[in-house]
Formats: sequence, structure tokens, C-alpha cells
Amino acid sequence: MALTFFGLLLVTFLIGRVVPVDPVLAAIGDRASHDTYEQVRREMGLDLPLWQQFASYVLQVLKGELGKSVLTANTVVDDIKRVFPATMELATTATLFGVAFGVPMGVVAAVNQGRWPDQIVRLLGLFGYSMPVFWLGLMGLLLFYGILDIAAAPGRVDFANLDVVETWSGLILLDSALQGEWEVFFDALHHLILPAAVLGYLSLAYISRMTRSFMLEQLRQEYVTTARVKGLSEARVIWRHALGNVMVPLITVIALSYANLLEGSVLTETVFAWPGLGQYLTASLLAADMNAVLGATIVVGAIFIGINLLSDLLYRLVDPRAK
Amino acid sequence: MTQLRAWLTADTPVSRNHARAIQAYLSWRALASNPLTMIGLLIVVALVVFATLAPMLAPQSPVAQDLTQRFIAPGTQYLFGTDEFGRDILSRILYGARVTLYIVVLVAVTAAPVGLLVGTVSGYFGGWVDAALMRITDIFLAFPRLILALAFVSALGPGIENAVLAIALTAWPPYARIARAETLTIRTSDFIAAARLQGASGFRIVVGHVVPLCSSSLIVRVTLDMAGVILTAAGLGFLGLGAQPPLAEWGAMVSSGRRYLLDYWWVATIPGLAIFVVSLGFNLLGDGLRDVLDPKSS
Repeated sequence: MALTFFGLLLVTFLIGRVVPVDPVLAAIGDRASHDTYEQVRREMGLDLPLWQQFASYVLQVLKGELGKSVLTANTVVDDIKRVFPATMELATTATLFGVAFGVPMGVVAAVNQGRWPDQIVRLLGLFGYSMPVFWLGLMGLLLFYGILDIAAAPGRVDFANLDVVETWSGLILLDSALQGEWEVFFDALHHLILPAAVLGYLSLAYISRMTRSFMLEQLRQEYVTTARVKGLSEARVIWRHALGNVMVPLITVIALSYANLLEGSVLTETVFAWPGLGQYLTASLLAADMNAVLGATIVVGAIFIGINLLSDLLYRLVDPRAK
Repeated sequence: MTQLRAWLTADTPVSRNHARAIQAYLSWRALASNPLTMIGLLIVVALVVFATLAPMLAPQSPVAQDLTQRFIAPGTQYLFGTDEFGRDILSRILYGARVTLYIVVLVAVTAAPVGLLVGTVSGYFGGWVDAALMRITDIFLAFPRLILALAFVSALGPGIENAVLAIALTAWPPYARIARAETLTIRTSDFIAAARLQGASGFRIVVGHVVPLCSSSLIVRVTLDMAGVILTAAGLGFLGLGAQPPLAEWGAMVSSGRRYLLDYWWVATIPGLAIFVVSLGFNLLGDGLRDVLDPKSS
């Protein structure tokens, strides 16, 4: 875990080193004299051996310093704090969507193995694995916004509702509900549904497929037969006994799909003009703002690693056999 | 014909090549019995054919602009319509197949051998070699793929070669894991012990005996992965970090058509459909291959 994070820092450090942009020139411009150049180079620590530069880089990151963004003139940490809640809101809603539909679909598919419900779920899953998420988003916009006109335009709220709610948590649904701004709340919800459904479809594909295979395994077990012989209703056997045991490995799957959504959100946010981490990352990329790019990469990577670790711990907590 | 079939289904092969032919024929029959797999195979073959024959099949040049012919809807004149520069979308899709195939092949021939080598060496030699190689694999495995590819491309500069490099760098770890798991079960086999007793070197055993046995599960995984590679490459193209204009690349085509989505739906829709169909093709083929080559994991 710590090693993985160390590896992440090493990779971002090396990426930062191979950029064809000279950081000294970027800071002082190309008209400065040679002496100034040498002085700034020393001040930035670029004359030190590579391993010393890396060590000071690690120390900096551990202290929570990711440098300044050239694009926004803020520190990268402040920028990320500002944009991250939007991504979290999107990814969380999408995961809820994926779990709410994916788990029942997987169960139904497993119970009807080989028959038409199973085929439909399998096909929906395959489509989800093969669909470019940015294209799905555009098609959603075209259909629900352009033609049917029931979805909201891209963005997080309507223009009139911008900055109505004070930023407390940054989660606009939570903030507007706490402050009693129900109009903003429903507007934000309206804007959230389509991008969350698009992104949630990806996790639905993954979750339903995994639920199906876990369920198939459980339904072959002897305790299921015992429960049936005892005269329990089929619904109880499936939804309580079998699904109850599936929940444990499912936690890992859901956590992993949540981490994957953070990544999928980069493309979705671009399509839906969603002011989150993904859009921040792409905007910085196109402006070659390396501090911001590497900072965002570190943050997403760290969350990714953290979620992996958390799901491992949860698994051990819930499943006594894993101890 | 019947003679050939009898030869191919004989239960007593007379030579090594005969046995191989029987094996291949039976696998093919199992593969062909699944219609979805055949659809997948058809899509992949079509991709290869279209990409190779693009200059012959394309009605127009993929880059020829004609501003008097902008935004013509799909129809008899232009099958898939024209884009904002009056370019024929069908021709651009056909040429775009070349870019997609190029990326897929390049990633497959770089990432798969690296993963295979790391995994087999790690599994066969064990000890500190294994520990070190698996740590590195774990580190790369824990990275979010698209984000890392984004960071790489931003550092190296946009372009197809750099996109391929970035994707390949993030694609090999799962192959190493699979190859290692297979190697661990193979290396305790009697025939490996026999080879060792005959004095074969570690290198010879890995390359001559272990690698061939790992390849079938690896082929399945690579085929399934190609769908993801296509999506990642298209995503990079969509963000403007893949192939650069005026080269026809499907993701970039969706991106440029996006501005006209509500008025001229086909400009963004059709290239996206192409990405979806090809990616689906690899998924269907991969699923079918897994059922035939690697039944235990399905």
C-alpha cells in the first residue's frame, strides 16, 4: 500500500522530469540572463542529483504541497478541494444507480441461468463494456435533451441558480437541502440524473455480471438445498440466504467500480460540462499545466489505492473466514 | 471434403501435425457453434479488411474538404453524410479503421510479450525475483489506467505513438499476473522436472515449455482487453490527445462532431457507433474464445 503510493509518486515525478518544457524557462521567461537562469535553477533545486530532487518531491507531497497551477493561479490543492465534491457527487450517484439496478439484475440472471432474462442481462452488460462513455453521454444528450427535452442542459445547475447556495460541503444536493433552497436542490437533481445514469450504466454492467457469477456459485451450495427442503419460500431462499452471502464479495466489486467511476468521470464530465476533477484535469492537460496534471493524477491515484485498501479491510471485517 | 473431415476428426492421430490439425478443427467447431462469437469474429475480420483495403473502398479522400458540401445528411449520395468541412464521413470511418487497428496491434504486440515474460520468469524462478517483479506489477496494477495514460501523453506530447506507448505501459500488468498464475501450476509438472533433469537451462524451460502453455489463457485476456484498449484510445482521441487532425481517428471525429450534435446528429453519432461496434466485436470474440480455450475461468 505505502509502496504502491511510493511507486505512484515515482511515476509522476519521472513524468514531470521528461516533460519537454524547461521549468526554469517557464518561470523566468527566455529573455533572462544566463546568471539569473543558473540562480533560479539552483533555487528550484534542479542542480541537485535526481534522487535528492525526488526525496524533496516526496516530502513536499506528503506535506500536502502540490505546487501552483499556472492556469488558475491558485495552489493545486485548493483547486482540487474546490472541484472534487462535484466529481464525488457524480460518482456516488452513479454507483448508487449501478447497485440499485445491477444487483437485482444479476440475481434475476443467475436464477434464470440460460433463459431469456439471463441473455438480456448478459447483452446489456456486454454493451456497457463496449460503449465509449463519452459517446453514450452525447447520445443521451441528443435524445433526452435535444429531442425529448426532458433532461437538463449540460452543467451542474441552471445559470440563474449559480452561486445561490453557499458552499459548505461542496456537494450541491446536500448544501441546498441543508440551506432550504429547494428550487436549487431540484434543479441540481435534474442536472445530475442524466450524467449519473450514463456513468452508472458502466458500473451496472460490471456489478450485474459479478453478481450473476457470485449468485451462481451460491445457488449450487448445499445450504440452499437445505433452506428449500425446510420449506422456505423460493424468494426468501434467493434474496435472503443466497444474496446475503453474496453481499460480502460484492462489497469489493462495488468499491472497485466506484474507483473506476472516478476515472470514467474524466470523459463524462467533459461531455456534460461538469465542473469536477475530470474537467479540471483535461483543462490543465490541454494547457500543459503540469503541476495541476500531476497533482490531480496523484489525488486520483491515491483515492484509487485508498479505496482498494478500504475494500480489503471491509472484506476482512464482514467475512470472518478471511481473518 | 468428407475425406478431409474424417481425417480431421480421426481419434488416432498419426503425426504431431495431424494431432494439431484435429485440435484446431475441434476448437473451431466449438467456436463456430456460438452465433454471438461468430458475429464478433465477423466484426474483427471486417475491421481488418476495411483497414487494409481503405484506399480501394473509400469513395473519397478522407481529408479532401469541400465547403459547398457541408453537413449533408446520410443518404444515397453520401452513405454516412458529410462533416463540417464537407468531408465524406464513410471514407473517414474507413481510414479511421486503420488508426484503430494500428493501435490495437501495436498494444497487443508490445504489452502481451512483456507481461508474458515478466509473469513466467516471476512464476518459474520464484524467490526474490518473484517478489520484486510482482511488487512492480502491483504498483502498475493499482494505477487508474486512463488517468495514467493522460499523464503520460501530456508529458510526451499528443500523437498516436505516444498514446500507444501510454496504453501499453498500463496494459501489461494483468498479463503478468495471469502468466504467473499459470506458471505456478505448470512448473511443478513432471515434464518440467524431466526437462530440467535433461539439463535444460531455466531460460530454455521458460521459453520452450512454460510460455507456450500460458499463451491460450493470455490470448483470451488480450482479446477481451482489446475492447478496453479501443475505448481508452478513443477517449484519448476525444480529449484531443490521440491522433492529431486531419488524420481520421474515430474518437477525435466524435469530439469535433460534438459541437454540431443537436443540428447535425450524424457527425458525432456515426464514428461513435463505429467505436462501439468494433469494441463489441472484440468482447464477443473474447467471450467465445474463453469458453473454448479456457473453460475453467468462465
